[in-house]
Parts: sequence; C-alpha cells; structure tokens
Amino acid sequence: MSTVEVPPTKHVGQSLRRKEDPRLITGRATYVDDLALPGMLHAAVVRSPEAHARVVAIDASAALARPGIKAVYTGEDMSDLLAPLPMAWAPPGVEIKTPERWPLVRGHVRHMGDAVALVIGDDKYVVVDAAADVEVEYESLPVVIDVEQALKDEVLVHASLGTNKTHEWSMGGGGDIEQALAASDVVVQRRIVNHRTAGAAMEPRGCIAEYRAGALTVWSSTQVPHLLRLFYAVQMGISEDKVRVIAPEVGGGFGGKLQVCAEETMCAWASRKLGRPVKWIETRSENMAVSHHGRDQVDYVRMGATADGKITAFHAKIIQDLGAYFGLLTPMIPELGAFVMTGCYAIPVVQTDIVGVLTNKFFTDAIRGAGRPEMTHMLEVMIDQLAEELGIDPIELRRRNFIAPEQFPYETPYGITYDSGNYEAALDRALEIVDMEAFRAEQADLRSRGVLRGIGFSTYTEICGLAPSRAVGPSGFGLGIGLYESALVRVHPTGSVTVYTGASPHGQGHETGFAQIVADRVGTDPSVVEIVHGDTATGPMGLGTYGSRSLSVGGVAVAHAAEKIAQKAREIVAHNLEADPADIEVRDGRFSLKGDPDQGMTLAEVAGCAYVDATKMPEGMELGLEQALIYDPSNFVFPFGTHVCVVDVDPETGKVEVVRWVAVDDCGPAVNPMLIDGQVHGGIVHGIGQAIYEQVVYDERGQLVTGTFVDYALPTTMEVPSFETDRTETKSPSNSLGVKGIGEAGTIAATPAIVNAVIDALRHEGISFIDMPLTPLRVWQALEQARGDGNGPRDSEQGASLPAQGEGSAGSGPTIPEGGRS
Amino acid sequence: MQTPAPCEYSRATSVDDAIAQLQALGGNARILAGGYSLIPMMKLRLANPGHVIDINPLESELNYIRQEGNEIRIGALTRHVNMLESDLLSQVFPHIFREAEAVLADPVVRNRGTMGGSLCQSDPAEDLSGVVVALKGEAVLRGPGGAERVVGMEEFHLGPYMTSVQPTEMLIEVRIPTHSGFGGAHEKVERRAGDFAIVAASAALAIEGGRITFAGVACSAVGPTTLHIERAEKALVGQAPSEDLFAQCGQMAAADCSPNSDGRGPADYKRHVAGVLTTRALSRAAATAVS
Repeated sequence: MSTVEVPPTKHVGQSLRRKEDPRLITGRATYVDDLALPGMLHAAVVRSPEAHARVVAIDASAALARPGIKAVYTGEDMSDLLAPLPMAWAPPGVEIKTPERWPLVRGHVRHMGDAVALVIGDDKYVVVDAAADVEVEYESLPVVIDVEQALKDEVLVHASLGTNKTHEWSMGGGGDIEQALAASDVVVQRRIVNHRTAGAAMEPRGCIAEYRAGALTVWSSTQVPHLLRLFYAVQMGISEDKVRVIAPEVGGGFGGKLQVCAEETMCAWASRKLGRPVKWIETRSENMAVSHHGRDQVDYVRMGATADGKITAFHAKIIQDLGAYFGLLTPMIPELGAFVMTGCYAIPVVQTDIVGVLTNKFFTDAIRGAGRPEMTHMLEVMIDQLAEELGIDPIELRRRNFIAPEQFPYETPYGITYDSGNYEAALDRALEIVDMEAFRAEQADLRSRGVLRGIGFSTYTEICGLAPSRAVGPSGFGLGIGLYESALVRVHPTGSVTVYTGASPHGQGHETGFAQIVADRVGTDPSVVEIVHGDTATGPMGLGTYGSRSLSVGGVAVAHAAEKIAQKAREIVAHNLEADPADIEVRDGRFSLKGDPDQGMTLAEVAGCAYVDATKMPEGMELGLEQALIYDPSNFVFPFGTHVCVVDVDPETGKVEVVRWVAVDDCGPAVNPMLIDGQVHGGIVHGIGQAIYEQVVYDERGQLVTGTFVDYALPTTMEVPSFETDRTETKSPSNSLGVKGIGEAGTIAATPAIVNAVIDALRHEGISFIDMPLTPLRVWQALEQARGDGNGPRDSEQGASLPAQGEGSAGSGPTIPEGGRS
Repeated sequence: MQTPAPCEYSRATSVDDAIAQLQALGGNARILAGGYSLIPMMKLRLANPGHVIDINPLESELNYIRQEGNEIRIGALTRHVNMLESDLLSQVFPHIFREAEAVLADPVVRNRGTMGGSLCQSDPAEDLSGVVVALKGEAVLRGPGGAERVVGMEEFHLGPYMTSVQPTEMLIEVRIPTHSGFGGAHEKVERRAGDFAIVAASAALAIEGGRITFAGVACSAVGPTTLHIERAEKALVGQAPSEDLFAQCGQMAAADCSPNSDGRGPADYKRHVAGVLTTRALSRAAATAVS
C-alpha cells in the first residue's frame, strides 16, 4: 500500500482542453450544409429590393419554365399555416401591438429583403437563377428609417396598427424620479445612441426539413431545438410527438439562432407539400440583411447625485428601434436591460421608460447580452460623465456607490435580488494589474510626443442564468414559457456515461465543462462522459442556450442528476462491501470506503451490478443506472467584474487603437478556466467591434448599405490586444455549484470602457462626450468641433450638440456633411 | 446572392494561348489570376463574364521579380506574398513594397492575389497600385501576334474598374525604374486590418547630395483612380528634404485630390487624411532614404 497521499481526482477547476475541438479543427464536424438526404430539393427566397411597397403582381412563369424548378410559392399559397411566426412575450398588464408576420409576405413588403416568394428546385444553383427570374411588381410606399421620426407616425410601417409605437413599458422603484432628480445637487443628462449591429455568426442559418409518413424532421442551425419543435407543431398542425428537431454542429449564434425563422417554416411547409426533403442555406448577403440585428436604441438618460458623489437617482428613457416586425423576443429586449439598471451601485431611486417603435428595417432581437449591454453602456458612461461633472475621480466615484459585500443578498429598487457580489475586490485586482500611477506617467509622456492615450473603466454586474420559471414565465415577466433546464445521465453497462442536456451549445464548450462536472460526481474520467445535445428525440424537453444560462441552469441540472446516480452507486457499493452508504466516497475515480480506499468499486463495476448481475443489487432497488430531471433554480445569477481598456488615438486621423485590456471577471467558482477565458475574450471582441468598427447602416430609402463584410467592418485579431484576464470567485447562493454565467459578460462590460477610455484620451482637447461607433471619422469630427470652439469642454448637455451623433438615429450611420467642409 | 451566374472555364497553356483564347471569345472573357477580386464580384453578380480563362498554370512564365539594368521587372502572376517577402524588392525599394503588402487584405488573399490582378482590377482604394504609381512603374501589355506596348500608370488606369487593357490584351509585366538614394513609405488609414483604405498615401524619394532627385507621390481612395500628386512631385525635385516642404506637399495632396463621400467617410475627412498621410509618408521616406 502506497504511503503517498494521492489527492482525489478533481476535474472541475481544471483547464481541460475542449473535447469538441479535434473534430472542429480537423473539419470532421457535421453542420447542416454537410447533410444531404435522398431526393432532397433546394430552396431560394425571392426578396424585396424595396423597403416599403405594395406587391402588385408576382409573375413566376419564367422561373417555372427553367429546367429543374419544381415550384414557386407565394404567401397566399401558405394560407393553411395555422399561426403566424411567434413573438413569445406577453407581459401581464401591458398592451403590445404585434404586427402579424408570416413566412412569406401577404400583399406588402416592409423592409429590404422581406420574403416575397419561395423557389424550389433540384439543385442549389438553379433555384438562385430561377429566383432572379421571378418578376415582382411593386408600388413603392413612403419609408421611415429614423426611430424618432417614426414616432411621429407620419409614415406607418403597418397601417393596420394605426401607429408605429407598439408599446410603452415603465418600471420605477424607490420613489418619485422627478422629485429625486430635483433634490439632487447635480444632474447630468445625455442622449446616448446605441447603434444597430449584426450577430454575424461564422455559420449562417440553414435547415433541411423532411416531412415523411406523417412526421416532420427538421435539421436546423439553431440554439433552441425544443422550442422549434413546439412552434412547428403549432404552426403546421402536427402533433408534437411527430415533430423532431435536430441541431447538428452549430457554428455560432450570438442570439441570431434564438429565433423561429421564416425560411425554416417555409421549408417544413414545402416539404409536406412536395413530399420531398427541402434544404435552405442562408447566404452571407442574406445573413447581413435578414438575420436579426441587435441594439438600436436612442437613450435619454439623467443621473442625479449629491455634491460629494452619492448617486441619488437614475432615469433612462429608451426608444427602441424594433424594425418592421417582431421576432421571437423583439419588444422584450430593452426590458431585460432594465433589470440591471442599478448595476453595481446602491442607487436609491430609478425609473426606466421604454418605447417600442416600428421602422422599415429588419427586426432587432437578442444579440449577445440583449438589452444588458445597452443599459450597462448608459450606466457606465454616465458614471464617468458624472465624475467629470463633480470633479471626482471615476474610480473613486464608483467606490462611493458600490453595494458593499455585506449587503448581499441585495434587493434593488426594482425588487430584483442580487445573489452575491464583491465589486471592490474585482476593481482592486484590476487596479493591481493596471498600476494607475505608472499609467498616468506614461500617458503624460506619450502626450508630450503627440500620442493620445486614455484609460477607461467599466465595473459591471449583469443578470443571467435565464430561469427561474416562476419569475420569467407567463404569469411573471411574461415569457411564453418558463425557463428551466433538463438533464438525463445514463451510465452504460461498461461504465461509460452519456449525458443528455436540454441546453443546445453552438461553440461554448458544454461537452467539456459538463463532462468535468459529471466525471467528478460519478468517479470517472471526462473522456468517457459524452454530452449529447440538440436532438429533441434523444433527451427530455429543454430550453436551449442563450442568456448565459447553460452552466448555472443546464450544468446544475446535469450535476444534480449525476449526484443522484452517485447516491445510488454508493448504496450499491455499500451493499456489496457490507458497509454503510454514508461511508462510501468518490475517490481517485472509484467509489471506496472512507479510511480504507482499497475497498471499493469502479463505476464500471457498479454498472455491472445494475445491468448485468442483479444478485449484486440491494433488495428492492430498481435495476439500471440512469437519472433524468428538470432543474429550476430559485433565482437569477449576477456575475460582475471590472474591465479596463487603454486606447491610443491618432489626433490627426482620429483612428482609435485598443492597446491594452485588463478584465477581472467573477462568475463564481470556475469549472474550466480556459472556457471562461475563451468566453471573455470573445465577449470583449464583440464589444470592441460595436464600439469602434461595426454598424448596420440603412440609407434614407431603407437600403441596407452594410450588406457584405467589405462594408460591415468586423474586427479581426489585428484589432485586439492580448487580453489580460483574471478572476475573483464569489459563490452564488442561487445554485449548488455556486456558478454564474460568463458568455455575455465581456460584451456587456466592454463598450463603456472603450468610450470612457477615448474620452480620457481626448478630454484635454475639449471633448467630454462622444457616441459609438468610434470610427476615425467620428473621432476626427469631434476633434475638429472641439478645436473649432477653441476653449475647453463643451456644454455638458452635449450629444445633441454634435450633429454627427445627434441627427442620425441608431443605424443611420456616420453623417456625411453636404459637399464636405473645406 | 453568393452564387455566380453560369459561365465557362478554361485553362491557359501559355501567355500566347491565353491571348488567343481572348481573341476567340471576342470580349466575353475575363482573365482569372488570383481570383480574390473577380470571384467575389462574380458571386455578387457584379461581374458576369461568359468565360473565365485561368492563367494560374502560367506560374513559371509570369511569376518573377528580377532586376534588368536600371529596372525591376515583376511578372503579372507574381503573388502578393512574393512581393512582401522579396529581398530584392526590399533592397532596391526599401519599406514601400513591404509596408503596402503588409496591409493589403490578409494572408489568404496575399497568398493568391497577384500584381496583375491588383492593377487590372483598377480599384482606386487598392494599396499596391499606389506603390506602382508612386514609383512611376509601367505596364507591359501583350496582344495578338505577340505585339507588346508599354504604358504608364496614368494611361493604364482609366477609372474605377476600368483600364486601357484591350479585350484581346493581357498585362504580362510591370517595370519599375530604380534610383540610388531611394527611400519610400506607404501610409494607410483603414477601418480595420485588411480593409480597403479610407485613404492611403505612397511616397517614393531619391535623395542624392542632400537634394531630392526623384519624387513620386500617390494617394489611394481619393479619386476615380489612384492619384498621382503631380504638383507635390514637382515641388520636391531639386529641393532639400524638410518637414516644412513635406507639410506643403501634404497640403497639395489634400487640395488636389477628389474624394467622394461614402460609407468610409465624407470628402472633407478624406481630403484631410490624404494631406496627413502624404506628409507622414514623405517624412518617413526621407528618413529612411539610402544614403
């Protein structure tokens, strides 16, 4: 017997390499477009070049005459669909005017790219050529693009609704906002535009639908296979048990595949009509035009404070550009942000007023962070604006308003209970890494040599782990279905394990992290724990992957199921060792007797009892080793942290370069630090993208100007520094693992840090505020304007005073002065 | 749209075979080199040639960089990566080729894209064209029967996506005169790495005995073609290099260019940046000139 104490195997907490990666990086993964079925047909969509028009006539004769074309369908052909495409938010007590959205338009197009007809044929090339042959006569109608213009109702996107304003939603807490602002020593107000962006997943959307022998199977590049099954059943009048949805490998989603897509419903319908499988693969051009966009708000915000820097009140009026229709969650997105309106701070009085407005653009919906990046941007930019107004260091101002660690669980004025937090610890750790004294010396030195360097902070908290069902479901916040997650852990007779999760990953690394969780609990190695996801036929009902929910809901479900397996295994082992189950522990990959680890059984031996030799089972115990359950947590989780951005600005060209990034995130105890780093890196890049490079732009006629990656500037590795990440670990009391979410945190934290850094770099030039995107042009224009004024910071009412930011609404792009300014 | 219209494809066996094919197809064909401009345009159906003639089999005939007397000759099928990594180019024209090639698109494009493709695409925002214009390179065009003509860049580039290459002609080589005391630089402001320029400026100087003996200044993305800033070149030749002189040249570039307002910025911004980058490029070209 060895005298060396071997620590028990512990996979959780290790940076285990991703189990997914070998197949992904060797090209062995199977995406929808890799699949082909016998007899499969292909689909292409005829799309409107007009942003708003009446469809006068559709002539498909030339398309139908092409060899290989099977059918051309229009909206009227699909009148046997039982329900329009869903919008799944009905908050009790709020009236929402919901425009009807069918897969193909019925009489009117309302945005560029609106689907007018579906062409089905033998191969993917002939349908594209035939789609170009379909002649559609349009009668143009007036177009409204600017969200504040749309509020005037001079041009109606849906005449039948009588207005472009679909809903108003208000929430206040802690007292009367106007009184609280009036009683404040200072009030800072800004108009902040949070412009429209694209999700731009590497794999565009796509599906194959096969209706055969009364049953529908859809392979879809989706984040929510179980929700799709439910909606297909409703729309097509098929019993839910006859519908199967499979999400094969999914190459990114960012929220863009948390959607019930018109094209997929069309394919399902056409497959039933034609009795053949139908495939549709989105092109990049379609992806830019008709995969839902995100953000797109105009925000009027006011923050009040005492002279010594205690924030007294915060008010946000959010005008949300919804686009021309509702996707699955379109009108709900800004509301999600309201729940973190107070951020890390003990703000006594808050008020959020949201107005939803239709325009002739594609609809906005959940994109990474979904409402929370917008709200965090407002809050964290305003903290710096207030700090400037008060003459208090922005870091010190944050400290004076942080909710203290001993105040948790902390109830916000909105009645939300923050689970846990230690904001100062994350900030302190970030400051240790950054070294502000050294930074300020370096900044001064560089400035003397013509390089404008600035530093910006963002101390965020966000709400994620979407669940609990009672809070978010139909009788709570008003989602059409409660949010929980399922798990099924199945130990095979040889002791290897298959785990089914209702979460539906598309790049996050569930197969690795979940395997680590299960392996520790059942005494085996993650390499023999297979995580199966994304197939409605193989596992229990699940809700999918979005809202940074997979680990804190789905992962905990998996942990609980594995713990139940472990308990049964303990009883089996105890029975065979003639011991007490309480004396059996998981150690070094086996179930062994405490104090005498030579006595014990491996998981394979336990499975042998459960499946092979029933005489070794305790009397009366059911055979097998399998556990299914659904987990519904008691609360949300609230990750937090501090992000620090350092930028260099070229004073002559206006070009902004991010030169350093320090991120200290707290998402509770780490299951796999490498996966966390990956999510944080990607999240920050997403935020850098919005803050400096990306913007979806429509011109005044509703034409999408940024329809390709040549026009829509996604950042590359060349645009980002090597990230310096670190973590603090504060357990969440909301779940037994203590974990929080991390998928969106980087994106939520990033944009205000960048804006604050650019302002820090330019403040001595007289710039006290600037809106995203911080393109060279916009920064140069701000510098020109400041230099033109000649003396000091401009009016703190700014925003509106900068025409390039004020006039255009979100999505209207950089303003181009008439004829230039020579 | 990501699907090209139907078209025919053939491979060339020699330069003369390619030209014979062009002649036989009567203007309905395009030469396919690296394919990183033509193919995307075909996929978006901005270009719809009935026939593409693939000249990639002509690598041994058309991929070269060599010195002949007072000239550098670069074959039309020379890849960007070859120019980026060429010691000869770096020796004869320090900095300017490497700087332009390093910011031209991305490694995938540079591995396939060619000198000939860059010039024949005639995109006014393209980087390599700026270098060739600044260096006062000449294009060798071959037509039916082996007839060759040599044209300067002003004559070669007629406008956006338009060149003086005739339907039965093919660009086979670019010739660039060498200079002693050479210094060059390429400056670019783009939205993100690999993007087409918002504005770029290329500067080439030869400095001997403290005087500028040759000057080439080109600005990209501020006119219908890559612009050659003639007034600045005249102002430079014969003068001693100085920051004041370069600042004046920047002002000339800003005044003489003719940018359009578009998604990458308004005309006044581009004009301003053309000035800034011209000054910067000249200043660095002078600082690095071989003494």
